[in-house]
Amino acid sequence: MKKYHPVIKVKGFATSQSVKLSEKTIAKTEKAGNFLTEIADVFLFILQIIREIFSRDFEFKEFFRQCFQVGYKSLPLVSVTGAIMGLVLTIQSRPVLVDFGAVTMLPGMVAISLIREMGPVITALICAGKIGSGMGAELGSMKVTEQIDAMEVSSTNPMRFLVVTRVLAATLMIPLLILYADALGILGCWVGANIKGDVSFALFFSQAFAHVHFMDLFPAVIKSFFFGAVIGLVGCYKGYNAGRGTESVGVAANSAVVLASLLVIIVDMIAVQITDMLL
Amino acid sequence: MRPIQNENTPSTLSSPVTGDPVIEIHHLKKSFGKQEVLKDISLKLMNGENLVVLGKSGSGKSVLIKCIVGLLKSDGGKIIVFNQDINTLNRTELGNMRQKIGFLFQSGALYDSMTVKQNLEFPLRRMKKNLSELEIKEKINEVLENIGLADALHKMPSQLSGGMRKRISLARTIVVDPMIMLYDEPTTGLDPITSDEISLLINEVQKKYKTSSVIITHDIKCARNTANRIVMLKDGEAYMEGTLTDFQNSTDTFIKSFFD
Repeated sequence: MKKYHPVIKVKGFATSQSVKLSEKTIAKTEKAGNFLTEIADVFLFILQIIREIFSRDFEFKEFFRQCFQVGYKSLPLVSVTGAIMGLVLTIQSRPVLVDFGAVTMLPGMVAISLIREMGPVITALICAGKIGSGMGAELGSMKVTEQIDAMEVSSTNPMRFLVVTRVLAATLMIPLLILYADALGILGCWVGANIKGDVSFALFFSQAFAHVHFMDLFPAVIKSFFFGAVIGLVGCYKGYNAGRGTESVGVAANSAVVLASLLVIIVDMIAVQITDMLL
Repeated sequence: MRPIQNENTPSTLSSPVTGDPVIEIHHLKKSFGKQEVLKDISLKLMNGENLVVLGKSGSGKSVLIKCIVGLLKSDGGKIIVFNQDINTLNRTELGNMRQKIGFLFQSGALYDSMTVKQNLEFPLRRMKKNLSELEIKEKINEVLENIGLADALHKMPSQLSGGMRKRISLARTIVVDPMIMLYDEPTTGLDPITSDEISLLINEVQKKYKTSSVIITHDIKCARNTANRIVMLKDGEAYMEGTLTDFQNSTDTFIKSFFD
């Protein structure tokens, strides 16, 4: 019988360095595998939400409660942020416009920058902090304390009751909060314009809206729906999939804010590119 | 409340119950990754029986009852509840099955954002859709009186002590008249007096609501007070099965270390 001999003696080559390298490769492969698994999980999570939205037993009562929580309870924070945004933008822009003798452009410039970009993005980031972390922490603590399991054994679909209602509430309420912040920002701009100048309410608004067109508002409103959906989805995903320990609640809340804020910026970038291509 | 029986006196319930099995578990297996939690478990719960499942922490007790109620899907074996295999049921069928099973969670799992009343209404409105407002109110008052906490109706869970939370959680479970009760460590984290009261409540629930129960615990006193039959789990397998007397008379080192 023919005998085969290895050409290279492999044993001699297995140095400690090569063992370390292979361990690193295994660790990196596992990491990549986990990352892909997480992406698949997110995809399945979104699919499940879409399926539950169109199910027969929609939780209307919980949905309206969440709209109240997301929308009404965020009003004070969004009001302050919106008004200060307009005020600061005006105070910062005024000296430059005065130098160029274009101070009459101030209301229009601030209104456009608020409606197109500043209002949606800053309000969405504020909401990512408040609403995203709130959802992450609430669902995370419900998971840790077995409340989600308790819901499941009470013949209630927790995905439908907890997640769908929150994601939809965020998707619908955040655009309204953004429009509200825009309005207060323009009001703040009027206050800012009157600190060093004197402009009537009617004149200010006629100057502001003389430069604002429907196509300034439309893409901003559309992208704000995506901001809302992203904030709701990330908050719920992180909370719903939190680990078992109490530490997981903090991790869920924290990662919800970080990821939602990052995704808001990315969605904004994509939206700006698409708007630029289409208009 | 009725006086709690002496620790040294075995429960009057401590006798095997013969009847039709309401739960049959055959060769149940469950793993998490590479960790094999349940290796091969087979057991039966008879109608009207209190079956205590004892075991060390991490022996798979909680996993066992979570598999029974379908919160975890088993990797192998069969779980037959009222002649239906849990693993073959769809979501709607599982929902209907769960209406017959009450689950008392280790942490109580009361909904933090709801009052005690809303916590009790939640399963009732979803499982008993034909009840009128008056019937719901009466039912809630009845179970709260049964557990001795009628005045806690408008309190938030954060205003309740550990024992009260467990009782309210028990009330939320029995309010829908389940036929089987699954208790996950009902006395963990409670002082000895409250633990005895909870054990007593378990017995009262069994008598009043004619339930069959699986009680997961590592509290021997609770086992003594409630068990008709005991199953001891060790390393994911049923190590010993018998009555309280069988366990107390056992010469096995592991069993003795538990009961001494």
